[in-house]
Amino acid sequence: MASEIKEGTLDLINHLPILQVITPMLIAPILVVLNNKTLSWLLSFLGALACLFISVLLIQTVSDGSTLTYSLGGWAPPIGIEYRIDAANSILLFLISIISVIVLIFSYSSLHVEIPEEKHTLFYACFLLCLTGLLGVVATADIFNVFVFLEISSLSTYVLVAQGSYLDRRALSASFNYLIMGTIGATFFVIGIGYIYMATGSLNMMDIAERVSELGDSRTVQAGFAFIVVGMGLKLAMVPLHVWLPNAYTFAPTVVTCFLAATATKVALYVLIRFVFSVFNYEDSFVNELFFFLIMPLAIIAMIAASVIAIFKQNLKKMFAYSSLAQIGYMLLGLSLVSEKGLASSLVHMVNHGFTKAALFMSLGAFMLNTKNVYINSLQGLGRSMPFTSAAFVIGGLSLIGVPGTAGFISKWLLLEAALGSGYWLVAVLIIVSSLFAVIYIWKIIEVLYFSESSESYSEVNVLTLTPIWILSFFCIFLGINTSLTVEVANMAAEILFK
Amino acid sequence: MDINLDFIYGHLPYWLFIILMLSGLFIVVSRGNLIKKIVGLNIFQTSVFMFYISIGKITGGTAPILLDKSYSNSDVAYSNPLPHVLILTAIVVGIATTSLGLALIIKIREEYDTVEEDDIQKMDEKDLMTYNKKNVLEFKS
Amino acid sequence: MPIEYLIFLTVFTPVLVGGLNLIFHKTANVRDSVTLLGALITFYFSVNIFLGFDGQATQYKFLTIMPGIDISFHIEPLGIIFSLLASSLWILTHIYAIGYMRGAKEKNHSRFFLFFSVSIASVMGISFSGNLFTLFLFYELLTLITFPLVSHKGSSEALRGARVYLSILLGTSIGLQLLGIIWIYFSVGTLDFVKGGIIDGSFGPFELIILVGLFAFGIGKAALFPFHKWLPAAMVAPTPVSALLHAVAVVKAGVFTVLKVGVYIFGVESLSVSGATDWLTWLACFSLLFASLIAMTKDNLKARLAYSTISQLAYVVLAFSLANSLGVLGGALQIITHAFGKITLFMCAGSIYVATKKTNISDMQGLGRVMPITFLSFLVGAISIIGLPPMGGSWAKWFLIMSSLEADKQFVIIVLLISSLLNIAYLLPLVAKGFYLNPADQKEVKSFKEPSAFIWLPPAITAGSSFLLFFYVDYIRNFMVNFGLVG
Repeated sequence: MASEIKEGTLDLINHLPILQVITPMLIAPILVVLNNKTLSWLLSFLGALACLFISVLLIQTVSDGSTLTYSLGGWAPPIGIEYRIDAANSILLFLISIISVIVLIFSYSSLHVEIPEEKHTLFYACFLLCLTGLLGVVATADIFNVFVFLEISSLSTYVLVAQGSYLDRRALSASFNYLIMGTIGATFFVIGIGYIYMATGSLNMMDIAERVSELGDSRTVQAGFAFIVVGMGLKLAMVPLHVWLPNAYTFAPTVVTCFLAATATKVALYVLIRFVFSVFNYEDSFVNELFFFLIMPLAIIAMIAASVIAIFKQNLKKMFAYSSLAQIGYMLLGLSLVSEKGLASSLVHMVNHGFTKAALFMSLGAFMLNTKNVYINSLQGLGRSMPFTSAAFVIGGLSLIGVPGTAGFISKWLLLEAALGSGYWLVAVLIIVSSLFAVIYIWKIIEVLYFSESSESYSEVNVLTLTPIWILSFFCIFLGINTSLTVEVANMAAEILFK
Repeated sequence: MDINLDFIYGHLPYWLFIILMLSGLFIVVSRGNLIKKIVGLNIFQTSVFMFYISIGKITGGTAPILLDKSYSNSDVAYSNPLPHVLILTAIVVGIATTSLGLALIIKIREEYDTVEEDDIQKMDEKDLMTYNKKNVLEFKS
Repeated sequence: MPIEYLIFLTVFTPVLVGGLNLIFHKTANVRDSVTLLGALITFYFSVNIFLGFDGQATQYKFLTIMPGIDISFHIEPLGIIFSLLASSLWILTHIYAIGYMRGAKEKNHSRFFLFFSVSIASVMGISFSGNLFTLFLFYELLTLITFPLVSHKGSSEALRGARVYLSILLGTSIGLQLLGIIWIYFSVGTLDFVKGGIIDGSFGPFELIILVGLFAFGIGKAALFPFHKWLPAAMVAPTPVSALLHAVAVVKAGVFTVLKVGVYIFGVESLSVSGATDWLTWLACFSLLFASLIAMTKDNLKARLAYSTISQLAYVVLAFSLANSLGVLGGALQIITHAFGKITLFMCAGSIYVATKKTNISDMQGLGRVMPITFLSFLVGAISIIGLPPMGGSWAKWFLIMSSLEADKQFVIIVLLISSLLNIAYLLPLVAKGFYLNPADQKEVKSFKEPSAFIWLPPAITAGSSFLLFFYVDYIRNFMVNFGLVG
C-alpha cells in the first residue's frame, strides 16, 4: 500500500503516521456492529491506548528534529496526500491521544449519569470519529485533507455536544448554533483553500510554501490567507467569533467538555500555526500586519474580557468555558508575536492548558456525580466530604492561575519572556493582570469548597473516577517541574517552523 | 472612470459566487427559523462548490478523459479535474452537515415544540431563571 | 553529613511532620509530641548547617525546570540567621500553640498543625533559596499555605480577612514581583544569587528605579505602605499564627527577601552608586511613622501589634534603601531582635486572651497584678521593640543610625527617634494600665490567673532571649562580617 512496502522494508515505524489516524476510525464501525455497551468502551479504550502508544513512538522518532513523512497510497507528494510528522505536531498528537485515554477512563464510571445506556455504543463510536478527525488534522500535510478531517471531527463533535440534551435540552440549541458557526467557519476555510489552489495549483503544504514564495506579493494568496484566518478563528473561538463556545461547553456532557476543552480548539489553533509558518511566508508584511493589528488586540481582549466575565458566572462549566476563551487568548498572543519564543510559548501552553482544563472540568464532573449540579453554591463544604477530588481541583486551579511549580506557570513564564523579548511591555503587564483575574474566580470556588458548611453530606467518588482526575492533576504538577517533554519539544518545533 | 466591462464579464463566475455566498450568509444570520438557516447554509456552501468548479474550467478545455494512453498528446486542453474531485468530497461533507442539522432540528422540535430561534431563546432564558431559582438540576431518571 | 542533604532535610522534615499530623489526628498527645520532636529535629539540622558553613557560596542544584531556571539552594549568612530564627521560634511557638489551641478551644487542630508545619517548610525553603525563582516558588507556597491558617475560624469575618490577605499577597507578587523577576531574567539571563549582585550595568538609572519599585512593592510580605493592609486583616487568625507567622515567618520572609534581593541581586554597591533607592528611604520613613500613628488609635491589642509590626518592617526596608553594609547589618539585626520582641508581645496577647477572653487594651486594667509573668514579659518585649538598652532591639536601631550617617541621610535619625517615641506611647500604656490602674470590676479580675505553663513559659523565654541578645550581638555581627555579608 505504501511506497515503503515496494522497497521491501516492512518497518512498522514508517507506517505509524497513518496508523495513528486510522486506528480509531477502523474501530468506530466495529462498535456499531457489536452494539454492546461494555465491549464498546473496552474497544475504544484499547484504541485510544494504541493511539497513545503510537504517538509516544512518534514523539521519540521525531524528537531529534527529524521529520517523518508518509505518502498515502504510495502516491508521492505533491500529487498524493502526504502525512508529515515533526516535533510540532507530534506533541499535539500526544496531547490528543493521552487526553482521550484519560477521558475514556473517566467515562467508564460516569457516562451512565449523563447519557442513557442504550446510546453508549453510538456515543463511543462518535467519540472515536472525533478522535480520528483531530488526529488527522494534525498529522496531514495536505490542506484539503485538513478540511476533511476538520469536518469529521466537527460533525462528531456536534453530535457529542447534543448528547447533553438528556440532562438539559439547551444542549440541542447549543449544538445547533455550534453547527451553524462551525460550518460557516469550515466553509470559509474551504474558500481559503480554493484561493490558494487557484494561485499555486497545489494542495501539499511544502509544495505550496515553495510556490508562494515564488509568487511574491499575490492578492489571491492574501485573500486565501484572510479566509483561512477567519475560518480557523471561528473554529478556535477567537474573540469575537467565540459565541458558540460557552454554551457548547456548558451543556455538553462533562466527558465531552473535558475532551473538547483540552483538544479541539488547540487543533484549530495548530492549523492556523501550520498555515502561517509552513504554508505562508511568516515574514510577509501582510501576515505580520494582520497579526499585529488584528490578532494581537483580539487576543488581549479575550485574555482580559473573558477572564472578567468568568468571575461573574455562577454556572461553573460556563465559568471555565470563559476561562478557556481567555486561555486561547494567551495562545493566540504567543502566536501573534511572530517570534520563535512566542511560538514555543504558544505550543507549550496548548499542552499545559490541555491538561489543566481537563483536570478542572473532570473534577467538576466528579462533583456533579454527587451533587447533580454545576452551580457554585452546590460545592459547599465538598472540600471535607470529597477531599481527593477537591485537592485535585485545587491543583488544577493553581495551575490555571500559574502558581510556580505548576504547568501553568511555565507557559506564563515563557509567554512573558516572549512578550518582553519582542519589546511589548504593556502586553506583559496585561498578561499578569489577566492571571490576577484567574486568581479571583478560582479562589471563589476554593472558598466555597473548603470554608463553608454543607447542609448535605456526600461521599467521595470511587477510585475509578478518581484515577483519571489524579492523572491529570499529576500532569499539572509534573509539567511544571519537568519540562523536557513540553519546552524542549516546543523549542524544537518552533525552530523547525521558523526555518 | 470608465467601467471595465471586460473585468465584469471576465469574472462572471466569481460575481455569481459572491452573490450566492452573501445571500446564503444573509439567510443564516437573518432568519429565525432553524430550517431556513439550514437552507441558507446550503446556499452558502453551494456557492463555494460553484467557485471550485469554476477554478477548474479552462477556456476551450474538454472533459478530462484520457483517450491517448501514452500521455503524450499535449495539444488537447483538459479542464482540471482535481477541483471537481475535491468538491465531491465537500458535497459529501455538506450533505452530512445538512442531515445532522435537520436531525437536530427534529430533536429541538420534540423538546421545545418550535423551530423558531426567538422562541427557543425565550424558553432557554426561562429555563435559566428556574434553574437559578431551584439551583438544582435534577437528573432524569 | 553533606550540606545539600542537610538543606533537603530542613525543608523536608516539617513536611513530614505535617503528614504525621494527619496520620495521628485522632491522638492529640502523640500528634503534638511528634510535631515538637520534628521542630527540634529541624532546629538541629539548621544548627548543623550553621556549624558546617565554611563561607563557600556553592549552588546546590536540585532540579532543572527549564534551561536557566533551576530549583537550587545555597548557604549564606542571612539565610542561616533566618532559618535558625524560624526553627528555634517554631519550637517555642509549638509549645505555646498546644496550650493555646486547647485553652482557647479552637477546632480542627490537625489541619491547623498540618499547615503550620508545612508553612515552616516553605520558610526553610525561602531561607536557603539559591536563586530568585526558587525564592519566588517558596514565597508563593508560603502565601497559599498560610491561607487556611488565617481563615482557620471559618467565620465570615475570618474569611473576609483571609481574602484580603490572599489578594494583596498574591496580587503584589504575581503582578509586580514576577514581572521584576522576568525582567531581570530577560536582561541578565540568570537569576542566581551572587554576592555583589548580578544586574551590574544591565539597567539604566530610570529602569533601576522601576525595578526597585517592582520588588519593594512586589514583596507584599514586607508590608510596605500602601500594601500593608493584609497584615491587620490577618489578625483574625489564632494567636500562635499571628505570633510565629505574622511576627516572624511570613513578614520576616518578606523583609528577608528584600534584603536578599538587595545584597545578592542588586548589590549594595551598585544601589548606593545609582541612588535608585533614595525614594524608597522616604517611603519607608513615611510608612514607619504612619503605621505607628495608626497603631496608637487601635484599642484591639492584636491590631495595635499588627500596625506596630508594619512600622518595624519598614525599618528593614529602610535598611535596604540606605544601601550600605551597615544598613544590611542593621536590617539583619532588626529581623532577629524584632522577631524575638514581637513574638513575645503576641504570645502575651494570646495568653491574656486565653486567661480572660479580653482583646481590648482598655479592658485590661489591673490584669498585671494577677498575671505578673505575662505582663513582665510584655514589658521586656516592648522595650526591645522600642529600642532601649538593655534589650537586643537597641542594637538594630544603633546600626541603622550609623548607616544613615554613612549614607548621608541625617533626617532618618530624626525619623527613627520620633518612631521610638511613638513606640513608647503605644506599647507601654498597656503595661502601666495592667500594673497601676485599678480595674473596673475588682471581683472579676481576682478570678483570673496565669494560664498553663505551656502558655506563659514561651513568652518568658523569648523575653529572656531579647535581653540576652543585647550582650551577644557582637557574636552575630562577627558571624556576618567573617563570612563576608557585610564589610
